[in-house]
Amino acid sequence: MRIGVFVCHCGSNIEGTVDTGTVAKAALDFPEVVYATDTMYACSEPGQDGIIQAIKDKNLTGVVVASCTPRMHEPTFRRAVERAGLNRFMFEMANIREHVSWIGKDREANTNKSVDLVRIAVEKLRRDAPLIPSKFSVNKRVMIIGGGVAGIQAALDCADGGLEVVLVERDSSIGGKMAKLDKTFPTVDCSSCILGPKMVDVAQHPNITLHAYSEVDSIGGYVGNFQVQVKKKATYVDWELCTGCGACMEKCPSKKNPDAFNEKIGPSTSINIPFPQAIPKKAYIDATTCRQFVKGKCGVCAKVCPTGAIRYDMTDEIVTEDVGAIVAATGYDLFDISKIAEYGGGRYPDVITGLQYERLLSASGPTGGHIKRPSDGKEPKNIVFIQCVGSRDKSLDRPYCSGFCCMYTAKQTILTKDHIPDSQSYVFYMDIRAPGKMYDEFTRRAMEEYGARYIRGRVAMVYPKGDKLMVRGADTLAGTQVEIEADLVVLAAGAEAAKGAPQLAEKLRISYDKYGFFMESHPKLKPVETNTAGVYLAGSCQGPKDIPQSVGQGSAAAAKVLALFSKDMLESDPQISRVDIKRCVGCGKCIMTCPFKAIKEVEFRGQKKAEVIETVCQGCGICTSTCPQGAIQLSHFTDNQILAEVNALCQS
Amino acid sequence: MSEAIAYYPGCSGLGTSKEYDTSTRAVCAALGLSLVDIPDWSCCGSTPAHTKDHTLSAALSARNLQLVSGMGLKAAATPCPSCLTNLRTANHRIEAAPFKAKVDKLLDEPYGGDVNAISVLQALVENIGVETIASAVRTPLKGLKVACYYGCIMNRPPELMAFDDCENPMAMDNILAALGAEVVPFPLKVECCGASYGIPRPDVTAALSGKLLEAAVGVGADMVAVACPLCQMNLDLRQGQVNRAMGTHYRIPVPYFTQLMGVALNIPDGEIGFGKLNVDPRPVLSKALSGAD
Ligand SMILES: Cc1cc2nc3c(=O)[nH]c(=O)nc-3n(C[C@H](O)[C@H](O)[C@H](O)COP(=O)(O)OP(=O)(O)OC[C@H]3O[C@@H](n4cnc5c(N)ncnc54)[C@H](O)[C@@H]3O)c2cc1C
Ligand code: SF4
Ligand code: SF4
Repeated sequence: MRIGVFVCHCGSNIEGTVDTGTVAKAALDFPEVVYATDTMYACSEPGQDGIIQAIKDKNLTGVVVASCTPRMHEPTFRRAVERAGLNRFMFEMANIREHVSWIGKDREANTNKSVDLVRIAVEKLRRDAPLIPSKFSVNKRVMIIGGGVAGIQAALDCADGGLEVVLVERDSSIGGKMAKLDKTFPTVDCSSCILGPKMVDVAQHPNITLHAYSEVDSIGGYVGNFQVQVKKKATYVDWELCTGCGACMEKCPSKKNPDAFNEKIGPSTSINIPFPQAIPKKAYIDATTCRQFVKGKCGVCAKVCPTGAIRYDMTDEIVTEDVGAIVAATGYDLFDISKIAEYGGGRYPDVITGLQYERLLSASGPTGGHIKRPSDGKEPKNIVFIQCVGSRDKSLDRPYCSGFCCMYTAKQTILTKDHIPDSQSYVFYMDIRAPGKMYDEFTRRAMEEYGARYIRGRVAMVYPKGDKLMVRGADTLAGTQVEIEADLVVLAAGAEAAKGAPQLAEKLRISYDKYGFFMESHPKLKPVETNTAGVYLAGSCQGPKDIPQSVGQGSAAAAKVLALFSKDMLESDPQISRVDIKRCVGCGKCIMTCPFKAIKEVEFRGQKKAEVIETVCQGCGICTSTCPQGAIQLSHFTDNQILAEVNALCQS
Repeated sequence: MSEAIAYYPGCSGLGTSKEYDTSTRAVCAALGLSLVDIPDWSCCGSTPAHTKDHTLSAALSARNLQLVSGMGLKAAATPCPSCLTNLRTANHRIEAAPFKAKVDKLLDEPYGGDVNAISVLQALVENIGVETIASAVRTPLKGLKVACYYGCIMNRPPELMAFDDCENPMAMDNILAALGAEVVPFPLKVECCGASYGIPRPDVTAALSGKLLEAAVGVGADMVAVACPLCQMNLDLRQGQVNRAMGTHYRIPVPYFTQLMGVALNIPDGEIGFGKLNVDPRPVLSKALSGAD
């Protein structure tokens, strides 16, 4: 082998504490190294050209770059050696930035350690072999999980791009939180007027199949070829027949159930179409409250339904969908305000969440768009808004900012003044976070034109006094305590990961953070990708996001899917395990340890053997350390290569 | 019959809040909770010690806990939340070995940190249980509207006290409900009454205690049940001061919750000690119990 070594300065990042010239010189003494040099920025265009030129001039057959983390630039350099005609796996990296220059200041020690790391890389490279990816075909259908605005946008963009789309929504209608909002900041346009048409597009698009009232049961397969089992929950109404006329709802005798769509501040019937613009506009029965199910007799809806759609004996049904990519867009949930006992949410009816307030403002809400207190239906005059309830609070394990509460609180003060001109809004805030386009202007308008009184400080407690609520807090700008007599208190409850998000993440084999939000592949450069190929993210399932951001991400995820599907064949990563059939004794230990179910049992000349399913194997290497025979080896990380690295280190 | 618990009355238990002490002993005895006096116990350090010296304060409390350990008992109950804070703080602080070494130097015998200090309220809820209390009731407190006031340190800081909800505690409410009383939702359960500010700044205590009385009357309570000798004093003994400062005319009884338990369990008057309170609860009590308006 003819090996070339390139030691990068990374500006002063590495050169500041490592003598790269010395490292390069030392590398010349290593076996099979025929060329070594230091270079200013190996990743830059001249840097890469230098590598390519050297490969050609010196007839190199393998390359080591000593620079930053392979996470950053391994693909860059692999592409470069490939351009020079080598196989992309005839390349190794030594991380002398994160592992050396960034963590130590002693130039001599750093230089020595860098030499060692290069020695290790050379020894590994000497045992590298070209690897050729295999190709497999792609199923160009995509599944979107979650039908909020992010999921809707992703579905429409994919469908318009010519893809077949399967949209899975666990509620009986799509729309998510946005469907519950009255108006939206910063333009104060009617939420259902801008979302409604998109929802209709979903229903009418020939490329979109909608599974509402459904959940993902299990996911198998891999990028290009996923098999997803979708559980269609029993609605007890035949949706083929239901016309959404609503006759059943009118006659249903069970009328006092808390209405989930109205955030439980209004009543609903047991058979229900959640809201007038629902998509699909179909009825479903809530079996936990329906008299037919609870008491065994009623049957009113079955009698009145003009199309005979009611099916009390319906059961859950599983359908399998084969897709090539998946977009998770499962959104968020609200922080449970009853966890902050001092604010009395859940105890005092007139302490409500911001989302409940949206329902009070909405013309299709339980009060027909008139702001009335839940306790006695009176019109409130003094309304106190408390921000950061369950956000930016370490003591509640919610240290993160929920992003949109500052803005929706400002919006709600504006709408309040529009609804009740002689009202006064007070807002307790920590600081105003309004960085979007026209956002700061919007919060200023709430204060300056709509007279909302902003008080910087936390509220200590809310307690009832007669039919009022006393709100006691601090005004940290004035340095005093304040007490406000309120008719209604609205808590800007922060965002939490959607219920069941971690379980779904495990089915998708993607990571989630400690709060349950899904993790993107790279926070800056791969915001809608995940670490599992073919699985993308959109909207606030990844962290709190407002509508513009969620829609932007929905489109971004769609673009990623379209790019993925622009090829007919995909290449699999050849860094996977392979079984040496002669050595394998068929003990099956690898089958049991593989977390990805990538190994199956096969018959070979009458004997049991293990076989790796190439497209499923993630190259984690767990099986290789399990196999008692050493029969299963991870390509590019074989036992021999790792031992050679250890030996090289011990020699130094 | 539950396991025996050491009993730490605290200095006020033998003085200003004698009636809290006697009613506690009588109620626990009636319910089968055996309280064993700690021989030769001393002051827990109270407020002065910990404002001056944490080691001294912890040593004073640790001495008492060490005595309990010597009795072969695992837990000590005290009626006073302030004593409880000191005992628990001592246990918490000596978890750090260097601090424990300093404390042990001041003690006759080192203390292992193995005695759990709890409030009498917690002992009643956890060692006896609300159902048992309910089944022991002889005279149900039917018709009596009670606001339960816990004071600001019974449940706080929550990490230290580790009992009940720190913002909306329910232990006393549950006990009084078990006695048959009507527990009115009292929003200021854990607000400060002014505590020892009654001495240097009576105006502060008058304002804070005044707010509590106002809220209690506002929610229609006949009485405010308390669990802290200092709260009791501020709300009851200083009621006149409050009225004068705030221009109000409250006259609402402020008994210890154990006294109300005593009534329900038919404990003799002498041990309940209503006579030691400033506003005598008996007239209101008999009116409520007789169903008169
Ligand atoms: C009170 C309030 C007011 C707001 N006002 C504004 C505003 O004026 N302007 C603005 O820009 N933003 C506003 N927002 C923020 C806005 O709600 C979000 O930006 C937006 O809803 C995010 O959309 P999404 O699709 O990511 O999530 P969601 O709207 O939460 O949608 C997620 C969808 O996924 C479904 N789902 C969840 N889990 C599963 C699962 N496992 N399987 C299948 N389906 C699942 C859910 O049922 C839901 O339909 C407001 C938020 C609140 C709380
Ligand atoms: S179930 Fe029948 S009655 Fe109800 S909305 Fe559908 S068609 Fe109308
Ligand atoms: S390398 Fe990992 S994923 Fe691949 S077969 Fe082995 S255990 Fe499974």
